[in-house]
Amino acid sequence: MPKPFTPKVVTANALLEGEVVYLTADDTWSPRLGDAELIDDEAHAQIRLLDAEMRADEVVGVYLADAAVSVQGPRPVHFRETFRATGPSNYRHGKQEEITAK
Amino acid sequence: MYRYTDFDAAFVRQRVAQFRAQVARRIDGSLTEDEFKPLRLMNGLYLQLHAYMLRVAIPYGTLTPAQMRQLAMIAERWDKGYGHFTTRQNVQFNWPKLQDVPDMLDALADVGMHAIQTSGNTIRNVTADHFAGAAADEIEDPRPVAELLRQWSTDHPEFQFLPRKFKIAVTGSPNDRAVTKAHDIGLRMVRDPAGAPGFEVIVGGGLGRTPMIGQVIRGFLPKADLLPYIEAIVAVYNLLGRRDNKYKARIKITVHETGLDKLRALVEAEFATRRALFDGVDQDWLAGIEAQFAPPALATKPLAPFDAAYRGDPVFRSWVNTNVDEHRAAGHAIVSISLKAHGATPGDATAAQMRVMADLAEAYGHDELRISHEQNVILPHVAKADLPAVHAQLKAAGLATANIGLISDIIACPGMDYCALATARSIPVAQDIATRFAALKLEHDIGPLKIKISGCINACGHHHVGHIGILGLDRAGVETYQITLGGDGTEDAVIGARTGPGFAYDQIVPAIERLVFAYLDLRATPDESFLDAYKRRGLAPFKAALYDIEARDAA
Repeated sequence: MPKPFTPKVVTANALLEGEVVYLTADDTWSPRLGDAELIDDEAHAQIRLLDAEMRADEVVGVYLADAAVSVQGPRPVHFRETFRATGPSNYRHGKQEEITAK
Repeated sequence: MYRYTDFDAAFVRQRVAQFRAQVARRIDGSLTEDEFKPLRLMNGLYLQLHAYMLRVAIPYGTLTPAQMRQLAMIAERWDKGYGHFTTRQNVQFNWPKLQDVPDMLDALADVGMHAIQTSGNTIRNVTADHFAGAAADEIEDPRPVAELLRQWSTDHPEFQFLPRKFKIAVTGSPNDRAVTKAHDIGLRMVRDPAGAPGFEVIVGGGLGRTPMIGQVIRGFLPKADLLPYIEAIVAVYNLLGRRDNKYKARIKITVHETGLDKLRALVEAEFATRRALFDGVDQDWLAGIEAQFAPPALATKPLAPFDAAYRGDPVFRSWVNTNVDEHRAAGHAIVSISLKAHGATPGDATAAQMRVMADLAEAYGHDELRISHEQNVILPHVAKADLPAVHAQLKAAGLATANIGLISDIIACPGMDYCALATARSIPVAQDIATRFAALKLEHDIGPLKIKISGCINACGHHHVGHIGILGLDRAGVETYQITLGGDGTEDAVIGARTGPGFAYDQIVPAIERLVFAYLDLRATPDESFLDAYKRRGLAPFKAALYDIEARDAA
């Protein structure tokens, strides 16, 4: 039996700031994983990846990351994606800083 | 200190100007990322987990106060107010924005610094003993030779596309503080029977996924033969080194697969050809560099203020005992400033701290600062009489932690908090170990103990040569930490032995605690260090301390 498809989000780093960003359903880049389009179909995931790779003047290093459903939207599956979504653990820099500032 | 010539200054400026244009072309879309990536890497710019990272070379770990202040300015203006000093005597800025990097590089050029060849398959920043020019056991200051190698290797047309990166370390002392045996080429200054200084040349050391201790390819190399001989090694490697497999491309694998004797024969043959092409210009040039590294004039000062403080102030005494080393000149000392305050990120200094260290170097330290591969900062020439004042000012800046060489003086790579290659975090593990042993108040009783932590198999945290090494891995989607014991990065270099299965993130600090308590129980005398106790008793009692409790829990 084929392995069930793990849902995905399209993620990358912003070209200018390097910040981790996620592709939303309406084709914008959001710094919040919760805003990402959660893709549960493999063929659609590949198309969305290709869409994102076309936007080389906005982002770098596009890939599909595993994600799961939650009430706040997609959430990370692997711990690496947790750190990407939250920022470093030694300082409240990056996304944590922005969240604190708001 | 070496000062840039007009040629050096123009060369660095030109590279900045080129990179400025390349960044502009990347932003306006005329360069793709595939085209741009090798260009940014040539200039030390990485894309990490959360942001870009700019790696700046600190050649042979030497900085002037003006350079340190410029790093502080850069940290405040374009980063988040701090810099991270690394195990290869570089400084990394973790949050630059792409469009700001050319300005950062221009600001570095203003003080004779650059980020050239801090990445890519080139000859990287040449590192040296951080006590160079000050150590009591030194034959000669190794930095002039390191500077010569820097100039020779920078933009060397033959060596811009090596099979893999190439790292050289130099020491002028028999006590190896530069981990020369874990470098692609390690140079240890020795004397020939007539007393003339030269080098023992070590090749093929390296950590990473296939850790190897370097081997001696030439027992004695006259100083004047250095460049042609090094050039011969790199040229032979450039042809023999594997380009089919990134993991087998370092010279350590070439040495291993070719055999040392065969490699030596090839190098000697190449050397004979190349030596004939060197007409002595390099030696004239070296003499000019050496003149710029003339030792500072050290004034004799009365020792009474030092003696009084040492007797009267236990905090000062403790700091002197751990952080101050013997200087070659009587009445002077080498000060190590710990960037490992308990709970702080190893190797990080704020802009304010950088300025304090620059001020101290200016007021008391003959304008010299060093960065050690152990991620601390050194004031190499301080009169003992000035130590109380230095200590007081360090204390006020949160820089007087008395822990050099102790359990909380941990090397840690950036790990998964920053690095795109990491498989687990290192920094919080270091923070938690330091905090835990500070709370236990056992640090000074435990004595010399080097813990080194890497967040992936590439071993930037030198875990293989830690007395206790910790390697963070991803095991089935869970952060897992493997322990090695008995590693040693000195002239007696040894790769540590793995203890067994790894520990989860929340179990690694208790595991280290069990190891240390086992050591305290089994050491023969309070003077027997962890490493000596390990050498005497072997792995078994430490393994039992690590795993028996788990076996009990499981039963």
